[in-house]
Amino acid sequence: MKKELLARLIIILFISLAIAIPVIGRLKLSVNHNNVVELHARMPENGGWSLSTIEVKAGKPLKLHITSDDVMHGFSIGKSDQPALEITPGEFVDTTLIFDTPGRYTFYCDRWCGPNHWRMRGTIVVTGDNQTSQPEPQPLFLKLGIDIDSPSDAETIPSKPVSAENGAKFQHLLPEYALQRDTYNATSPAKLWMRLRKESTLANLPDSDLWDIIAWIWQQNTTNDQVINGQEIFAKNCAACHGETGEGDGVMVRGLPVWDPGNHNSGNVMHEATGEGLVRPPDFTDPIHLLGVSPALLEGKIIRGGMGTGMPYWGPIFTNQQIDSLISYLYTFAWNTRAKNSN
Amino acid sequence: MTRLDLTQFPIIQKILYSRWPQFLVRAITLAGFIFTILAGILGSIVGSHNFAIIFVWIAWWTALKLFFIPFGGRSWCSICPIPMPGEWLQNGGILQPSGKGIGLRKKWPKVLRGNWLQAGGFLMVGLFGALTLTSARITAIILLAIIVLALLLSLIYERRSFCNYLCPIGGFTGLYAQAGPVEVRVKNAKVCAEHAEKTCYNACPWGQYPLALKSSANCGLCMECLRVCPTDNIAVNMRPWGSDFGPKTKHRLDEAFLGLVMLASVLVDSAVFLGPWGQLKTAAYEIGSIPWFIFAGIFLFGALVVLPGFYAASVWVANRMGNIQNSFRKSLSHFSQVLVPLGLIAWIAFTVSFAFVKFTYILPVISDPFGWGWNLIGNSNTAWVGETTTFSLFFQVILLSLGLFWASRVARQISDSTKQALPLIAFCAVFNLSLLWLLIG
Repeated sequence: MKKELLARLIIILFISLAIAIPVIGRLKLSVNHNNVVELHARMPENGGWSLSTIEVKAGKPLKLHITSDDVMHGFSIGKSDQPALEITPGEFVDTTLIFDTPGRYTFYCDRWCGPNHWRMRGTIVVTGDNQTSQPEPQPLFLKLGIDIDSPSDAETIPSKPVSAENGAKFQHLLPEYALQRDTYNATSPAKLWMRLRKESTLANLPDSDLWDIIAWIWQQNTTNDQVINGQEIFAKNCAACHGETGEGDGVMVRGLPVWDPGNHNSGNVMHEATGEGLVRPPDFTDPIHLLGVSPALLEGKIIRGGMGTGMPYWGPIFTNQQIDSLISYLYTFAWNTRAKNSN
Repeated sequence: MTRLDLTQFPIIQKILYSRWPQFLVRAITLAGFIFTILAGILGSIVGSHNFAIIFVWIAWWTALKLFFIPFGGRSWCSICPIPMPGEWLQNGGILQPSGKGIGLRKKWPKVLRGNWLQAGGFLMVGLFGALTLTSARITAIILLAIIVLALLLSLIYERRSFCNYLCPIGGFTGLYAQAGPVEVRVKNAKVCAEHAEKTCYNACPWGQYPLALKSSANCGLCMECLRVCPTDNIAVNMRPWGSDFGPKTKHRLDEAFLGLVMLASVLVDSAVFLGPWGQLKTAAYEIGSIPWFIFAGIFLFGALVVLPGFYAASVWVANRMGNIQNSFRKSLSHFSQVLVPLGLIAWIAFTVSFAFVKFTYILPVISDPFGWGWNLIGNSNTAWVGETTTFSLFFQVILLSLGLFWASRVARQISDSTKQALPLIAFCAVFNLSLLWLLIG
């Protein structure tokens, strides 16, 4: 009988241990993490970030205990120099963030975790009354009132490859407005070409030389560093859909229908594709697309996203400098002149 | 044939006769079982960081096939925690029966006897395996359901009815224990014949009578017969592998069916888990979807029609080539012995594939069993995805060659002539070549 009692005590002890370890562990974990925010990353199909909004006071540390519940993710703060974190499934990463300025900050996944990767975004709301954040300047496309959803294919395109070097030879013939930054920002290459075509000083130049001039003007409005930075941003954030070569054949969009506004008619009114599912982006290496859009329009597309096309909105993520670099790089697809790496 | 009776060694005899060592190991496995269920429910949903997934489907499942069965037959059953709670209620005691147990002690329905339900259970494992093997929550729910079912059945039916007739793993270990090197047998048949009380049979939770034991398939190595025998007439023998096979041993049709289900399962598991076909993995994982129904249909058709069809054809030809014409049904049962070494080695070869790749996950989940960021033994972040090495591939080829040789030897042993064994050997060769292609092709 004593042996039986002992056996029962042993069983009770062992089972109690088996139950106590996770229970005590969980309690201890919650005490240790009293001031820590636990954040779980999941593919959007699995629910996305476990928290969509995190609140913190300006100047106070925000301690994050982050893990992934499915695949590799990244954790980045939009418009910030904060280095991105790799979030490995089942492993925890701890980080502490301090925001000095009140405002709304976007945290997002920067790893291509799935077709809806870009939906993995959340907001950090930083509160405080000691300092108020400066409102951001209005983007150029809004100031200029550009309808970024209207059809924008180029009215005309070069019939042969352009040469900015050749275009430089004719710079002395150019009217003043052609060299102004505002003209560059607000005008598409095709529109500027048509405007210059009407200039009497350039009337004798063949069309191809005039295109060389346009290429030279675009070259003057960018730097090699910008193009290299733009290339990095494009490779990390855009290539999964637009393709490394800009042909619109990225891994995330293969098999999707090609974007065609004609497919989305409502009565006699033609609309852009809105909320009708993802489509393949246009082929940037076909100059008819990029030579028809101004830098301001491209900025608008990047900030707001492509309505109904699956193109995410990058406004809360990229800085103005990053967007400028990206635009500089995008035009290289149309001119077919890539950055020369200074290294 | 040569036998080494382990009870002749005093230390081993002492360990086997005492209930304490076995009890303590079972107490640990029971606590581990409960811990595993809790880890599955409370822990990380990332399978590679959850104790439940790694310990059930990597550590235990591998150990069962590479260690317990090849070297101990049904030795896992002797320490399995699943029947413990129900058995204690039946016995009225945790350490030993008190005679005050509870339960209706009904006989298991005759119509449900044999390995049919176990084979069906194993088919279910194959059908739902892709989800079960990767979801800690589902694993925990299944473990919980199994232990509750075993408990309830032990209150209704006598002895270990769940283990004998329902447990898929019991079916698996029982089938392949016939090839294992351990057996419980009587030392002197005459002594048993003269003993009227049959204390061994009354004490056996498996309902076996040691004097009548010809196969190790249904003996769970619990050692109760050893402990209650008044004349020390029970031996625990180490024996040559495959000792249960022979021209005169009796086998049943349900054993043949179980053996074929095991062969089909190892083929499907190899294709789903080791094959390069992403669509197949997705179909197996998306339970309830149209691709899954197609996968399930093909799997069941293969397991219930194609493979049994090939086996039946080879048996039919073998039967025609024999000197004595047995009934087809009897031949199907008799020749099913070749499926045992064939299947056992096939499962070992399959296990080698993922054991090499996945074993690195074991230490990290001991360090952090719930995936909560613990680092108990300093190994929580040391997992790396292993690679199938040339050695493991070479080892698999050796194993499958050995399996074919062993199965062919058994085929010859149980046939009238080499000519009669040839169709069975051809069946084994085609199966092994198919598996070889899936594993290293």
